[in-house]
Amino acid sequence: MVMPKREPTKLVPVPSTNIIPERDVDKSPILECRHLGIDFGGLTAVNEFNMAIGRTEIAGLIGPNGAGKTTVFNLLTKVYQPTRGTILLDGVDTHSMNTVQVNKAGIARTFQNIRLFNNLTVEDNVKLGLHNHISYGMWQGLFRLPGYWKGERVAHERAMELLSIFDMAHLASAKAGSLPYGAQRRLEIVRALATNPSLLLLDEPAAGMNPSETAELMENIVKIRDTFQIAILLIEHDMSLVMGICEGICVLNFGQIIAKGTPDEIQADPAVIEAYLGKQKEG
Amino acid sequence: MSFLNNVITGVSLGSIYAIIALGYTMVYGIAKMLNFAHGDVIMVGAFMCFFAMGSFGLPPLVGVLLAVVVCTVLGMVIERLAYKPLRQAPSLAVLITAIGVSYLLQNGAQILWGAATKTFTPIISPTNAAGEPNALQLFGGQLSISYVALLSIVVCLVVMVSLTLFTGRTKLGKAMRACSEDKGAAQLMGINVDSTISMTFAIGSALAAVAGVLMCSAYPILSPTTGSLPGIRAFTAAVFGGIGSIPGAFLGGILLGIIETFAKAYISTDLSDAVVFAVLIIVLLVKPAGLLGKYVPEKV
Repeated sequence: MVMPKREPTKLVPVPSTNIIPERDVDKSPILECRHLGIDFGGLTAVNEFNMAIGRTEIAGLIGPNGAGKTTVFNLLTKVYQPTRGTILLDGVDTHSMNTVQVNKAGIARTFQNIRLFNNLTVEDNVKLGLHNHISYGMWQGLFRLPGYWKGERVAHERAMELLSIFDMAHLASAKAGSLPYGAQRRLEIVRALATNPSLLLLDEPAAGMNPSETAELMENIVKIRDTFQIAILLIEHDMSLVMGICEGICVLNFGQIIAKGTPDEIQADPAVIEAYLGKQKEG
Repeated sequence: MSFLNNVITGVSLGSIYAIIALGYTMVYGIAKMLNFAHGDVIMVGAFMCFFAMGSFGLPPLVGVLLAVVVCTVLGMVIERLAYKPLRQAPSLAVLITAIGVSYLLQNGAQILWGAATKTFTPIISPTNAAGEPNALQLFGGQLSISYVALLSIVVCLVVMVSLTLFTGRTKLGKAMRACSEDKGAAQLMGINVDSTISMTFAIGSALAAVAGVLMCSAYPILSPTTGSLPGIRAFTAAVFGGIGSIPGAFLGGILLGIIETFAKAYISTDLSDAVVFAVLIIVLLVKPAGLLGKYVPEKV
């Protein structure tokens, strides 16, 4: 694999103690979390989560198991309602939105354990992502009015276009559940992209992949950012992926952010090393 | 010829069961609940048509349309008021609520329209003006298929084909299937699960109205409990074919109609229900998920 040579990203502070890449600084961040937190009963799962993501940034969210990374995704997509704090998506408070509205507002995600619609075809899975971008209603669908044919044609073209970007066009009529593992992971990303997000959340996209598949995935993630000009936030345990493509990294431990910065800064951070490897013995 | 006659009777009865069973199976597939009030929606539909034609003298088509509109609204209202608040509740609570709604509809009908049995005016009267039966005569009158039976079969086929096309080829149909597989993921793809479930109830209830009118045209007695037994039988048909599966409901309904008619004709009228349920038990012993259902072993 040959990764495209890129200038190292310089992170710069923005209001409310966040950092985003320099090239995005004159634009407002696509996502800003302020003092975000959630309690489950007496347990504080996430607390004081402050983070901003630039409009074309690839950001990473890492941390040991159980640190609250997926909980953050669930908060962003409103699967959970936050107990505290604010989520600003493109400057708009998502406080009163539900999961569907957040998706329409521009957040799409994939899942740690793949959640495709297994009994539907690959193309139909993508079309479900396009659901809110197909503009015909129930009556047109029931009676097959011209609007139905036009809507379905546009959806088909768009779905095939997205699939061919990821070399999956030939799999369009296969059942999603019958695809090999790596293709299922890719399809989940395509389906999420179909909802036309401005922020894509990837939950452990490289889980269970071998090194060459991971390398291909890294190229694909960068390609998605460059092609669609969107922001990507990913949770990942594979450090080669995180350090290879993420421009900003946020480290979570026990629901608290313990470090934020560029890959180089994170790798040198003593708190991060302690969280991953344990405290160094004195003397 | 009596054998062929029985087959036709069975298929037409089975068509009505199939139309009702579709309502059960679609709601189960998407909301994962058994809507036991479905049978009583049939009764409401039949009453609507009865009043439209009998009391107001409206043409049959208007009566059917009125029944469909009222039942569609009724189904959506029931879902919104009784089932939606229980979306996160244990399935047992929803089941009991459904039984409650069923009795509410039966007793409501009894208060409004009285418990006495009424004679339904069939949408196609059994005899024409000249006193000859309104039926298709074949083989020199040896095989007689009433137009109502014919209509039931045709309606069932049309419903079956259009529902298959709707769920397979349209975005709302696909949204229904997506909700049936994984509601959480569907929501995160921007699919409104609440309105999808509501639409499912609307379609199921509209079909119940059609089934109610057809059933009462074939067997023209109408009372507040008219819907309960066909409801149970259609539920059996849905389980028989594999609950959650649309072709399964169709197959289950038709088979149930044929078995019931044959049991009545060749064994005993009193034992027909016993035979039907005995067959159901045997089928479930061999295929626990029904004829076309997929058996999904629970992961441990």
